[in-house]
Amino acid sequence: MYDVTRDSDVDTKATKLSARNVQVYYGTTHAIKDVDVDIEDKTVTAFIGPSGCGKSTFLRCLNRMNDTIDVCRVEGTIQLDGEDIYDERVDPVQLRAKVGMVFQKPNPFPKSIYDNIAYGPRIHGLAKNKAELDEIVEKSLRRGAIWDEVKDRLDAPGTGLSGGQQQRLCIARAVATEPEVLLMDEPCSALDPIATAQVEELIDELRQNYSVVIVTHSMQQAARVSQKTAFFHLGNLVEFGETGQIFTNPEDPRTESYITGRIG
Amino acid sequence: MHDQHIASAFDRDLEAIQAQIMKMGGLVEAAIADAAKSLETRDEELANEIRAGDKAIDALEEQINQETARVIALRAPTAIDLRLILSVIKISGNLERIGDYAKNMAKRTGLLVNMTPVSDSASALRRMAREVEVMLKDALDSYIQRDADLARDVIDRDRDVDQMYTSLFREFLTFMMEDPRNITACMHLHFIAKNLERMGDHVTSIAEQVVYLVTGEAPEDARPKADVTSETF
Repeated sequence: MYDVTRDSDVDTKATKLSARNVQVYYGTTHAIKDVDVDIEDKTVTAFIGPSGCGKSTFLRCLNRMNDTIDVCRVEGTIQLDGEDIYDERVDPVQLRAKVGMVFQKPNPFPKSIYDNIAYGPRIHGLAKNKAELDEIVEKSLRRGAIWDEVKDRLDAPGTGLSGGQQQRLCIARAVATEPEVLLMDEPCSALDPIATAQVEELIDELRQNYSVVIVTHSMQQAARVSQKTAFFHLGNLVEFGETGQIFTNPEDPRTESYITGRIG
Repeated sequence: MHDQHIASAFDRDLEAIQAQIMKMGGLVEAAIADAAKSLETRDEELANEIRAGDKAIDALEEQINQETARVIALRAPTAIDLRLILSVIKISGNLERIGDYAKNMAKRTGLLVNMTPVSDSASALRRMAREVEVMLKDALDSYIQRDADLARDVIDRDRDVDQMYTSLFREFLTFMMEDPRNITACMHLHFIAKNLERMGDHVTSIAEQVVYLVTGEAPEDARPKADVTSETF
């Protein structure tokens, strides 16, 4: 008998990360107010909003980067594949291998290109021998769309690459531990338009395998790379929806004011 | 809700484009009124003025096309700004077409003044033209005031224009059957009626753009159809 549920399975993407009633406080400052959001698998989700709106703070909750800030307190639940990432049994280091992160400024380790990639797999014991590690390094650099540019100089320092190459190296480093989610905090703000286009192309390719969450100040970038867009304002998640809809016909006047460049 | 843009030059660009649309709208309204008047009063000189005046309407459309392309390239408009630009492009296209129909009316009027008048058809056409002109005025008002309800009202009124066209169609058909000498004049009068009916459709399209601009969605129901002449005979 024909199974009617199968059709919808193709179109509906599974929820990868699910946040409910998330509150973040820095000391007495209430930085994130009651945020509910579902991040889909194999989808690029963009977080947009003015400076200080909480988008980076919220992004950092998704792999417990805020744990490193003493005055920061996170409430509510965030689940990765249905499991609470703030559960006391969860090891934040393991979590961050599953939920990788790429930062605004390219920050390669002061090591060779090879070791930049090999570092994560080594500490997580992902390779049994040198041959396997070589394979992981090559695969990751290919996924980072930088293999062809560096394959002949894997022993050269990562810091000697151009800014755009460094950022792609950092993305390759993030995917080396086989993460499921990739968080990107302004990954292109220090790059020129060509390098930006290369990273955006890369993000689109990464979407085949990962759930990508990107924080960006460039609304055009959000429009170009994402399928879902979330607009944050003063710590609130104001609107979350399909990117095309957000940019042609947003529901909330605050979203409208922000994306059209009006004082909101 | 729509405050000023932080980049004030963007506001100035959008205002300039909208001023051009209103200027174009004013010229087109006048062209319809004058075309109907020249037909009724058999004023060949006025008809010639309308034909010459169409160039100004075409030039404005071209100017609006260039300005909107520039804004898209330089400002990457989104949301309400994007819908505004898209609607401006379509509305200027509609206005240009209406201008062409008025010009065609004037052209036929130039021929009709040298023929024997057919009954009082000119005044019936004048009433039809008046209806279209008021619809256009309301459509442009709804645009300026961002009034989707008024725009929907305009869309509904296209049915009246269609009905006027249908009854004129039958009337001309009767005249032609009664006396074949009427055929030439009636053919021209019929084309004038058809021009007015098409103008109504373009006005409806303008009103639909207003609904889209204001609500972000195309009007919910299909426009009413009352032109049944394609099923007659």
